[in-house]
Order: sequence, then C-alpha cells, then structure tokens
Amino acid sequence: MEFKFEGRAKLITQVLMAVGLIALVGGYLTDHSDHHQRWWANLLVNGFFYFSISLAALFFYALQYATESAWSVVIKRFLEAMFGYLPYGAAVMVIVLLAGQFDMHHLYHWMDHTLYHEFMTVDGSTFMDEEVAGSVINPNYDHIIAEKSGYFASWFFWLRTIIYLGTFLGFAILFRKWSLQEDAEANLDLHYKVFRRSALFLVFFAVFSSTLSWDWLMSIDPHWFSTLYGWYLFSGMWVGMIIFTHVSILWLRTKGYFAEITDSHMHDLGKWMFAISMLWSYLFFSQFMLIWYTNIPEEVTYYVSRIFTDYKVPFLMMFLVNFVVPFLVLISRDAKRNPNFLIPVAFIIFAGHFADVYLLVIPGTMFNHNVFGLFEVGLFLGFLGLFINRTLTTLAKAPLIARNHPMLQESKDLHY
Amino acid sequence: MKKVFHVMYDDDDKLLVAARELVGKGIHVNEVFSPFPIHGIDPIIGIKRTRLAITSFMYAMTGLSLAVFFMWYTMISDWPMNIGGKPNFSLLENLPSFIPVSFEFSVFCAAHGMVITYLLRNRTLPGMPATNPDPRTTDDKFVMEITTDTNAMSAEDLESAIKNTGLLELSIKDFK
Repeated sequence: MEFKFEGRAKLITQVLMAVGLIALVGGYLTDHSDHHQRWWANLLVNGFFYFSISLAALFFYALQYATESAWSVVIKRFLEAMFGYLPYGAAVMVIVLLAGQFDMHHLYHWMDHTLYHEFMTVDGSTFMDEEVAGSVINPNYDHIIAEKSGYFASWFFWLRTIIYLGTFLGFAILFRKWSLQEDAEANLDLHYKVFRRSALFLVFFAVFSSTLSWDWLMSIDPHWFSTLYGWYLFSGMWVGMIIFTHVSILWLRTKGYFAEITDSHMHDLGKWMFAISMLWSYLFFSQFMLIWYTNIPEEVTYYVSRIFTDYKVPFLMMFLVNFVVPFLVLISRDAKRNPNFLIPVAFIIFAGHFADVYLLVIPGTMFNHNVFGLFEVGLFLGFLGLFINRTLTTLAKAPLIARNHPMLQESKDLHY
Repeated sequence: MKKVFHVMYDDDDKLLVAARELVGKGIHVNEVFSPFPIHGIDPIIGIKRTRLAITSFMYAMTGLSLAVFFMWYTMISDWPMNIGGKPNFSLLENLPSFIPVSFEFSVFCAAHGMVITYLLRNRTLPGMPATNPDPRTTDDKFVMEITTDTNAMSAEDLESAIKNTGLLELSIKDFK
C-alpha cells in the first residue's frame, strides 16, 4: 500500500511552513539585536533540532540493521522517510555556520579572528604572537581560545563539517537506494551488505555525533568543555526522533495505513520513548552532578550562566518535565499501549527537548538580553511543518512496507 | 476417581499447537512445565498477567525511602558532614550528591526483592522440593498438566482428545 500525501495533511504542513516563512521575514525585520543575533540564534536552534531528529533516524535505521532487529522491519520505511529532511537540515546548518564565518552574526565567539594573537599593530590591522617594535597588546586576546586555535582553525572546522554532512548524506542516499533495490528483487547478499555498511556507519556516527556537537553547539561556550556533551545531545536527538516516529505512525494508522503495525510495535516504540528519556535524564544528571560537585570555575561557567540567571526556571523545568513526565506516566505497560496516555506525554516531551536545544544555544548567545516571543514560536512551527512535509513526501515515494526484507514475516508476527 | 494427565511433548511449538487445540475444545489446561518460557503460551492457557512489576515498583520505593532516610540521618541530622564545602545542613540543597546512592539502592532493592518474590511465589527457593512432574522438563521436554476436577469432561473423553495431539508420552495418575 502506498501512502498518498494530499488533502488536509498537506495543507496543514504548508500553512505551518508559511507561518515559519512569515516568522523568518518578520523576525529579521523586527530583530534589533546586534547582527540580528536573536534571529540567527533561533535559526541555529531550529536548524539543529530538526537536523538532529533526521540524523537520529539515520542512526536508528543503521542500529536496527547492525543488530539484525526484526521487530522494526515494518517501520523501516518511516525511518527512511525521515532521511528526506536531512539535506534541508544540513543546508540550514551550513547557512548558519557560513554566516558566522563571514561575521554576519556572533553566535560563535571563537570565529572572531582577533582573539588568537597576543599583540597587534596600533591600528589593529595586523596581529602577531611576538612583541615587536611598534606593537601593542591586543585587548581582544583570549588565551584560552588561542590555545584551541589548532582545533578552531577555519580550514579544519570546515573540513570536519563537510565530512560529517557528506558522510550522513551519503549513507542516507545509499541506505535508501539499497532499500528500494531490495523491493525490486529479493537479494540476501544485498541485505548483508546493508548490515555491514550499517555497522560501518555506526562507527562513523559514534565519533561524529560527539564531535559535531562540540563543533556546532559546545563551542558556543568556548571556555567551557564537557566530555559527556556529545552523548547528552545524542540521547536528546534520539528521544525526539522516537517521539516523532511514534506520533506519526499512530496518526498514519488512524488513516488506514500501516495495517501491519500492531499495538505490539507501538508498545515497543513506547518502550524506546521511555528508555531513551531515562538515558537522556541520566546523562543530563551525570554531566550536572559531576560539575556541581567538583565546583571547578572553568567547568561551572556553563551552569552558572543557566542557573544563576533568568534561565533558571526554564532550565530546571526542562529537566524535570523531560524526566518526571515520561517516568511517571510511561512506566506502566498499559500506558505505553494506550495512545490517550502516550500522545500527551509525547507532545510535552517533544516541546521539552526543543527547550533543551534552545537552552543549549540561547544562554551562550543572547546572555541576559533574550526575548521569547511570537518569532520563536512561529519559527518552531515553520520548521515542524517543513520537517513533516519532507518526511511525508518521502514516505509517499515508496511502498509503506519493504516487501522483500528477509525478516518481514518475523516482524509482522511480533507480539508483546 | 480424579485423574491427572501429564502430556509430554518434545517441542515447544507442538505443545503450543496442542494447547490451542485443546483449549479450543473447551478443555482447561492447569499448568505447563517447560525448561524455558514458551512465547505466547500465557494467553492460550489463560494465565493472568504477572503482578511482579508492581512489586518491583514497591521495592524500589522502599529502597529509595530507606536510602534517603539513612543519608539524611548520617550525613545531615546526626553528624553533618562537610565534604568539599557542600551545604551540609539541608537535605534538599545537597540532594544532587545523594541521587547516585538513592538510585543504586532503589535498583538493588527492586532487583533482590523481585528475585526473592519470584522464587517464593513459584515455590522454587533453593532447597525446596521440586513440583514439576518429570525431571526431563528441566532438560528438553515440555509437559502439560490437565486434571479432571477442573474440567467438566470425563476422563475417557479427555484422554481421547489428548491422544489426538502430537504428544510424546502420556502419564495418567490418580489424584487425591
């Protein structure tokens, strides 16, 4: 059975995209912060949040293949559909990073090239590391960032960014291609090829998911570092992806699609939602507790700028909601199988994980001048519309069930 | 005379098929003895869902309360401990440092409590007499237990119905 993307659903995503476009234009015109900082910061928040969801779909897809999981075969096409947003998400990330490189915003303080040299000429046109005749001390010099100059070098940063995006997009295209190829002709060799390539992808993903979060988000607070940051972001994107998958499939089933997906599959997705929410809470707390306990000045800056400022209430609320709501509601088996419990939780923690990414970016870029208004809401909805639109468009391009997958029958027979 | 039938199969799938067939004829299957859990047998022979998960939650809550109480008493109330300059006169302000222990102890209590409850409930604590009818059910055989006193049929009818399934051995015993 093929999914048809038309009618009211398509209209709603288009309306959401229009709202996003209005927010994008209106936000730019009404944003009077320096360098349109607020506009760019929110573009980064939304760009990363939705990019990371489709990236998590790619990861989850590879994980299902690498572990030879059978239960997920019936939802495989939905995961593939989410790859459809990946190029758009990558494009938004590249736009934000390029704009930073050309000094159109100041989200990444380390992109300021004046930070790296201790001395300069009086007029500030040339910078140098050694004191020479006629040089003065560079007031912008930041020795902590300067010592990271090797990692922050533009060529290296862009090389990494291109490698990440190239790897992800390449694997997404290949996975999709092989999947459609399998539909045309049952081929066990092809299945094992995808199995091996998935394992390879997971190796790349393990490294890149950490380093891309350092490069794109952790470097917003360039004096601070946390080795757990990559995992923390990774678990956050994973939850977002599971929530989106779950709610979308519930909706698709009410429309009569995906008859093969039973309550047992939805129960499994509910278990994932519960489990990864706990993983996220665990990693959030692990990062927080060690930094709180050791209380080393260079480490606590991150939490000082979030807990001893105006961000205190949203920051602590975000953690409590993302931990307590799924824990208390989804702990029972019946709740995981009942959409009346699951959907409200899914909506709350989806917003909660958006707030998580928002609070990763905003305190380090807007400091105490932040405004939360219609622009932020509009942009979130706009990107949501784009994400759903791309996902469902991709979903409509192939049959909903990969009919030649060797474990399809096993997946259909799943119960519990 | 009440009778008990112990029907032995050499494959869990055969047992599953036989159980479905017998239950379809209105026969009540008392119990199934198997070396490992047979997937999907519970709804067929009408076993209720386990309440072990609820006990697990209760044990975890007990563990959590015990751990928090113990840490409050030793670290805050009885002898406030100054470790790394952390606030030591308030449980709430010092809570992050107590979370790992509370978590570990909750898991400890839930896990041990569940294991002990499970063994007690199944009467399989170490040293308890075995209740399975045939020692081979701990190896590679599967036994289904059917009794006349939970079935309206006569022993002869039951026996003929059972004989039609793909069984390996049938033992019929008197039952007080």
